[in-house]
Amino acid sequence: MSSILECKALQKRYGLKDALCGINLSLEPGRIIGLLGPNGSGKTTLIKLACGLLTPTGGEILIDGQKPSKETKAIVSYLPERMALPTWMTAKQAMDYYQDFYSDFRRDTAEDMLARLGLDERQTIRSMSKGMREKLQLILVMSRAAKLYLLDEPIGGVDPATRDYILKTIIGNYNEDAAVVISTHLIADVEQVLDEVVFLRQGNVVLHRSVDDIREAEGKSVDELFRQVFAY
Amino acid sequence: MEWQFRGDVPIYTQLCEQLTLAIVAGAFSPGERLPTVREMAVDAGVNPNTMQRALSELERSGLVYTQRTAGRYVTESVERIEAERQRIAETRAREFLAAMEKLGYDHAGTVDLLEQMRGEWMQ
Repeated sequence: MSSILECKALQKRYGLKDALCGINLSLEPGRIIGLLGPNGSGKTTLIKLACGLLTPTGGEILIDGQKPSKETKAIVSYLPERMALPTWMTAKQAMDYYQDFYSDFRRDTAEDMLARLGLDERQTIRSMSKGMREKLQLILVMSRAAKLYLLDEPIGGVDPATRDYILKTIIGNYNEDAAVVISTHLIADVEQVLDEVVFLRQGNVVLHRSVDDIREAEGKSVDELFRQVFAY
Repeated sequence: MEWQFRGDVPIYTQLCEQLTLAIVAGAFSPGERLPTVREMAVDAGVNPNTMQRALSELERSGLVYTQRTAGRYVTESVERIEAERQRIAETRAREFLAAMEKLGYDHAGTVDLLEQMRGEWMQ
């Protein structure tokens, strides 16, 4: 199977600091991958490189065999860490916007999920609670039939019920032939939805392994292993 | 269905155990059609590939079967389910006896205790 995301000696430097130190990584479609690491380990940098929002300092990153471009943006669905939609928009306008931009947007799916949440489409983003904004944004992202979903901290700072909703929305809606990358440091919360994990530390990949392998071989959860790998 | 997961065992193993229990306890009836893998994964809050792996394992053990295109069903064989119930009961009983032995109860002592507790039990 060919990789949906491939990094070859990928390097990104900000000033004097290497955010990514020449990593090699290959992710296959059909899997949910946890991109795990403490703050400042390079998770967001990697995701932004994959989206084409940053350009590599060295090496290369390929999406479905191509460098990030207009073509790859059409198959990548990205959830930024912060709300990226103008807050004056209503939920309906946000859906219009997605429909205009992305030909793979499944409007029925999005409308159906919003209805089940009991969210009025005429409500503006500004008037929504933080949890509701997160849910709306995730619904838009997951309603695309993309080949690669890049979710940057989708469960950061939400209550446990919202977190469950978000995780179930991800597993219930991703395109089966796609890869889903979830970046987070809240490992215990996402562990059971992941196929495999990538540990990043100070810009290096220190581990890339399947979750069940870790549990079988180490007799401990990924969360425990993470605490051990990143212990001071 | 209520799902619970521990950290030290692969999730698919735990899914197998819990699905087997659900079938044995009648949460799914013999011959009942199971929801899709995706639906079951969402219900349990687990990765669909992991759920798929657990269901394949159950298929190998004969507790469920797949009918091409029509979906996945619980076995119609009441005997097969009964055998599984027996197997689980024996495992649990062995664990119980081992725990009692650690407490210093021999066979007769354990049986006596169970007899004494008969009233409590019947409620």
